[in-house]
Amino acid sequence: MSNPTYTVIFYLFAAITVCSAAFVVFTRNVIYSAFSLLFTFFGVAALYVFLSADFIAVTQVVVYVGGILVLLLFGVMFTNSIMQGKKSEVIHIIPGTLLLAVMIGAMLYTFYTTHGWMPSETTLQGSIVERIGFETMSRYVLPFEMVSILLLAALIGAAFLARFDKSSK
Amino acid sequence: MSTTALSQFSIPFLMGNSLNAWSEALAGFYLFGLPLGLVIIAAIPLVFIALYSLTYGVYGERKISAFMQDRLGPMEVGKWGILQTIADILKLLQKEDIVPASADKFLFVVGPGILFVGSFLAFAVLPFSPAFIGANLNVGLFYALGIVAIEVVGILAAGWGSNNKWSLYGAVRSVAQIVSYEIPAAIALLCGAMMAGTLDMQKITMLQSGTYGFAHFYLFHSPIAWLPFLIYFIASLAEVNRAPFDIPEAESELVAGYFTEYSGMKFAVIFLAEYGSMFMVSAIISIVFLGGWNSPLPNLGAIALNDWTSGPVWGAFWIISKGFFFIFIQMWLRWTLPRLRVDQLMYLCWKVLTPFAFVSFVLTAIWEIYIP
Repeated sequence: MSNPTYTVIFYLFAAITVCSAAFVVFTRNVIYSAFSLLFTFFGVAALYVFLSADFIAVTQVVVYVGGILVLLLFGVMFTNSIMQGKKSEVIHIIPGTLLLAVMIGAMLYTFYTTHGWMPSETTLQGSIVERIGFETMSRYVLPFEMVSILLLAALIGAAFLARFDKSSK
Repeated sequence: MSTTALSQFSIPFLMGNSLNAWSEALAGFYLFGLPLGLVIIAAIPLVFIALYSLTYGVYGERKISAFMQDRLGPMEVGKWGILQTIADILKLLQKEDIVPASADKFLFVVGPGILFVGSFLAFAVLPFSPAFIGANLNVGLFYALGIVAIEVVGILAAGWGSNNKWSLYGAVRSVAQIVSYEIPAAIALLCGAMMAGTLDMQKITMLQSGTYGFAHFYLFHSPIAWLPFLIYFIASLAEVNRAPFDIPEAESELVAGYFTEYSGMKFAVIFLAEYGSMFMVSAIISIVFLGGWNSPLPNLGAIALNDWTSGPVWGAFWIISKGFFFIFIQMWLRWTLPRLRVDQLMYLCWKVLTPFAFVSFVLTAIWEIYIP
């Protein structure tokens, strides 16, 4: 990170992430906030690259941009009256601010009590993909299988719900 | 195979013969403390897309379609009409930049940009030569497969921003098609990754080099390898919206699909994106199954054809020729096959390609584990 080029690129991506995330929250148009999420996800993926987690960065793009964002855009586009820009005016400000203050306070507390950032104990060596595959298939094989069963159940459930109902016709 | 093994068969040329010599020399090139070399690395694929789609893409497509239909094609501008594309570009540059009054201005303008960036991003991990790759990622293949997602968002932005029913239908069809066909395409490429044991594009290519030329390619690596090759080829046609899967821009029903409202340079940018992704999928299929920049010619005793046709410049020649060959097949299919219906498209993806992709995945895994 000592190279000034990398520092400039890092702050560029950090700015993209923060600005687009702010735009997602503050814009009145739902479709704009959905499209703005693209830049947020992209910026977060770039920040993962700076943490030398390139596999997670690409997975972030595949899952969030390719899956969730496209689904979200489809959902928004097929919803009526999205251009009105209605937003509820109920007061969520006080609990939201409290939650934000607690979270930032906790993070800052951890930061100051542990004297700075917590660097990783072990340094990465060689291809990260091999390590991920090895760990998934050895130490974390039970959680991995449980997640796959959960996803399968969700898939079957979605197919059942979306099925064409013959009796109602 | 280690990286040093490459030097055995590559001819020293210009800036040494070690792997990625050109791109690393460029990445270290600073002018007045600015990383100008990084900009040049990014500019090379961009210039390549523009040049190739200008020459081979548009002109080649028009000529090939003409010959297939027993016509002559463009003949007026220059000898055999070779300057026709330049005339077309000049015309497109002069056109008024129209944004429809009821369109969503921001999304309409930004859509082609996102689309082009999405198709251009994957060029970063394509090894154009043993000495040149934009970014030598260890997850290169995964990246090339996943980054197409950004293109999808660009298509949706263009289709929605046009505020036109044809455009929106085209965009929705296109996105549904790309998202569905990513699954058989990804599983088919996973077979190639299993044969290589790595996702690094440069390593996948190097593992397919040898003195027997084409016999080392992964297409001939196992008796099942033709199946993922074929599946990926079909799925890649759908991913770049080419015939017979061009229902997003079906002229007879949707005018021109998601780019109905576009004209002038925005239209040209959408076309550049299409030709860019056509070369991208062609390059990926040639890297994973047909040895990328490796020469297909074998060494025949004293006639060392493979040694003579290897090296950084020959590598660039081979991968670009392999890419152009697949683009030719894409054009050939476009003017030969009729268009699929939407339900046929989904039937082909979910009930034919995906099960066969799983079969080829399991068979390749068995072959890799039990048969050396």
